[in-house]
Amino acid sequence: MKHMTRKATRHVNQNEGLIFEKSSAGKAAWKLPPLDVPEVDASALLGSSERKDLGNMPEVSEIEIIRHFTRLSTWNYAIDLGMYPLGSCTMKYNPRVNELVVRLEGLANGHPYQPEPISQGALRIMRTLSDCLLEITGMDAITLQPAAGAHGELTGLLMVRAYHQSKGAPRKKILIPDSAHGTNPATAAMVGYGVENLKSNAQGMVDVSALTAQMNEDVAALMLTNPNTLGVFEQEIHKIAEIMHAKGGLLYMDGANMNALVGKVRPGDFGVDVMHLNLHKTFSTPHGGGGPGSGPVAVKQTLEPFLPTPVLLTQSDATLAFDYDRPQSVGRVRAFYGNFGMFVRALAYILANGPDGLRQTTEDAVLNANYIRQGLQGAYDLPYSTPSMHEVVFSDKRQAKKGVKTMDIAKRLIDYGFHPYTTAFPLIVPGALMIEPTESESKEEMDLFIEAMKSIAEEVEEDPQIVLDAPHHTRVSRLDETAAARQPVLRWKPSTEPAP
Amino acid sequence: MRYLPKSPADRKAMLQAMGARSIDDLFGPIPAEYRLDRDLKVPRQMAESEIVDWFRERSRENGDSYATFLGAGAYYHYRPVIIDSLISRGEFLTAYTPYQAEISQGTLQAIFEFQTMICELTGMEVANASMYDGSTAAAEAAMMAVRITGRRSAVIARSLHPEYREVLATYAHHQNLPLSTCPFDDSGRLNLQELEKAITSDTACILIQSPNFFGTIEDASAIAEIAHNKGAMLVVSIAEAVSLGIVEPPRQADVIAMEAQSFGVPLGFGGPYCGVIATRERFVRQMPGRLAGQTTDRRGKRGFVLTLATREQHIRREKATSNICTNQALVALMVNIFMTIYGRVGLKELAKQNLAKTAYAAGQFGKHVKLLFSGAPHFNEFVVQSSEDPYAINSRILGHKIVGGLPLKKFYPELGNAALWCCTELTTRSAIDTAVGMVAESERSMKASKEEIDVQEVTR
Repeated sequence: MKHMTRKATRHVNQNEGLIFEKSSAGKAAWKLPPLDVPEVDASALLGSSERKDLGNMPEVSEIEIIRHFTRLSTWNYAIDLGMYPLGSCTMKYNPRVNELVVRLEGLANGHPYQPEPISQGALRIMRTLSDCLLEITGMDAITLQPAAGAHGELTGLLMVRAYHQSKGAPRKKILIPDSAHGTNPATAAMVGYGVENLKSNAQGMVDVSALTAQMNEDVAALMLTNPNTLGVFEQEIHKIAEIMHAKGGLLYMDGANMNALVGKVRPGDFGVDVMHLNLHKTFSTPHGGGGPGSGPVAVKQTLEPFLPTPVLLTQSDATLAFDYDRPQSVGRVRAFYGNFGMFVRALAYILANGPDGLRQTTEDAVLNANYIRQGLQGAYDLPYSTPSMHEVVFSDKRQAKKGVKTMDIAKRLIDYGFHPYTTAFPLIVPGALMIEPTESESKEEMDLFIEAMKSIAEEVEEDPQIVLDAPHHTRVSRLDETAAARQPVLRWKPSTEPAP
Repeated sequence: MRYLPKSPADRKAMLQAMGARSIDDLFGPIPAEYRLDRDLKVPRQMAESEIVDWFRERSRENGDSYATFLGAGAYYHYRPVIIDSLISRGEFLTAYTPYQAEISQGTLQAIFEFQTMICELTGMEVANASMYDGSTAAAEAAMMAVRITGRRSAVIARSLHPEYREVLATYAHHQNLPLSTCPFDDSGRLNLQELEKAITSDTACILIQSPNFFGTIEDASAIAEIAHNKGAMLVVSIAEAVSLGIVEPPRQADVIAMEAQSFGVPLGFGGPYCGVIATRERFVRQMPGRLAGQTTDRRGKRGFVLTLATREQHIRREKATSNICTNQALVALMVNIFMTIYGRVGLKELAKQNLAKTAYAAGQFGKHVKLLFSGAPHFNEFVVQSSEDPYAINSRILGHKIVGGLPLKKFYPELGNAALWCCTELTTRSAIDTAVGMVAESERSMKASKEEIDVQEVTR
């Protein structure tokens, strides 16, 4: 490496094949207790439905399983190892007490259909979390049922549709700014709405005059992320809400970037009618390599009748119960009540913070993003000079002149001991470097990040090839994604040759 | 705040570095009229010990230490200790979606192994990395059939989990996808004559569950034949994954939509769980959800990447197969470790224990009370029809710290006083005997009071 880094050092890690390559007949990692009831003859009970063979399922011992997955784990980057500057993903610290409380016997083993009198603990957790989220968002009613952010979007738009339907017609389309995340248009399509793009103005914000021109009685809602994916707060939000409401439309807020707002400003106060939250972003539940998430949807009173069933209610004797009698509901979006384990974790996070901690968290998240902006604006092009909230978006404009693209810089960052930033969007910035440090980073960690990014910028000038070939120090070099998609190998087969 | 790694001096130095006077400068873009100038009304900041105490209290209020006969899509099985040891490693727990393959090989290889084992167990050729749960997997599988066949309706078994049917209805409503329901017969299986009548030239798929909501194993090959003869696809939902250890999978199905919660995932009051979709290779480009695939790096070394992303929302936006983004990765890892632990032999033995407990319980109940749907094979659930309201019986059983079977009135009013009972390897003989004793007592007292009424009527 041309420029030494203080962040990372290479070290040995273990090789490990596929579990199937370690399997051999007679090894076992399980032991069942003796039966306390008579044995049965499966063939007699099941007849032709009996399964005789479990194919190539592995047979391995416990120590092999421990080593297998432990070795695999060491090939991953993780928040526990260092900064994860993925814009709009909010990769913050995942507190460990959350993991402890979710495993308490009554919560871990609670059956979703157990009688309500012995479910008051779980219902109290849902009620308390709901109340906290309503206070944080400034909204009136909430469902915790959606399993992830995109599922929340689906739920929110179903409610938008049901609302308009109750007024006579569902309307035809959803306005979506060109800076939006890909789930927004995909969701609109799933709910049977057309998608109309809304262009951003020179400051990276919604173009209010374009919105005025495009808004009419065919538009059901505007789906807005605020702060948007440039990390910019929509300063004309009150006008945007007014324009929508004047023509009977609704304002939907994608809460992906709520980490910039908690305790400082409430969407319900600036005109939002319906929004989803991502408990796995703002409220610290672990991403776990891609999920599970949780995507509660909060609404204003006018949309309350359309919440998915069941809805939690407090009975006259102060006990909690589910209300299934909701004639105007959009229906269910998931079996049972949602990703309850995520509710427990998110509430534990809110309790650990309190009002002062939540506000300080937001302030630190915004402080960190601006510190990075300050540190890097000499080295990278800043396409929008509008003030940043919790994330900052640069472009690869300067580096592209040397043939180096944002993805190359991102891959080189790996050699410096960091996870890459987001490269895939916003689509309005060609070659975007979307950086969100979150509040979880110390000044030292961010100084190292800034140092690494500046060092890469210098490498681009002096020796671009080193960046183009990155990463150099990982277990595998850049992988052939084209080949993977052209001739997909999506599972192991016994005939597969052992790996080189 | 203990999660925040900055001293007041750090904050001051950082603000100075960017020429800001105070943190309020950075929130300048928010119009002053909307800024919150008070504390949020949420509980005060708590110490870790207080948080643990608060949740312990909630845990105690939540059926802590009750034995259960509830199943119905959420099953109480033993979870080997090493599942939590391994998923608690920060490198799994706190990792992001593995888009950056070079530093995510652990997650990616694990997904590839997961996909392989799901294929082995279901008899399908490809499986995705996970869906939210069994209900949304079933709904997305039906949508997938619509895209593949170009047809615009679906036939749903009434013996499919009632909440799965509700979710499907929600999804289908705005897709202009009419749904019709096919009834079950006296054996609890799908009524094949009615099915023949229900399928039209516009039927994209038949969606069944096997073992179905009553625990009855469907005749998937007969149903597949009927579907395929009319150009429709067969989608099978499997909610009790442990059944795959001893019950032949529906290999004739075109799509299998699973709930894998039984494989090492805590009941957790209904979630997070682990949906999965598995199908034929030729349908893979219409399958929603993430997929890991094998490839090589620049040096020819084996590695894994997320692949076929052109199906997904971050590439295709409104033309994507689904809007799904975040899935259930960490839960899928629990399932993966569970499948690895039990493996080829253990899964079968585990399933056999479930079968034995259920056979014993059903046999004992059958001595005192009517069992519905006994004409077809079952896995670990069965339906008991009592003379007394099962809610009343259950409230007495609850006194013994046992949760009785699920009363079916709410979902199937036509079944009267029926309840769905479930046994797994964790159900003890003594709990079964206690519950059977109380149901038997209920039958005796109902019979006695009925005789008394009869006598009164005769004497009157």
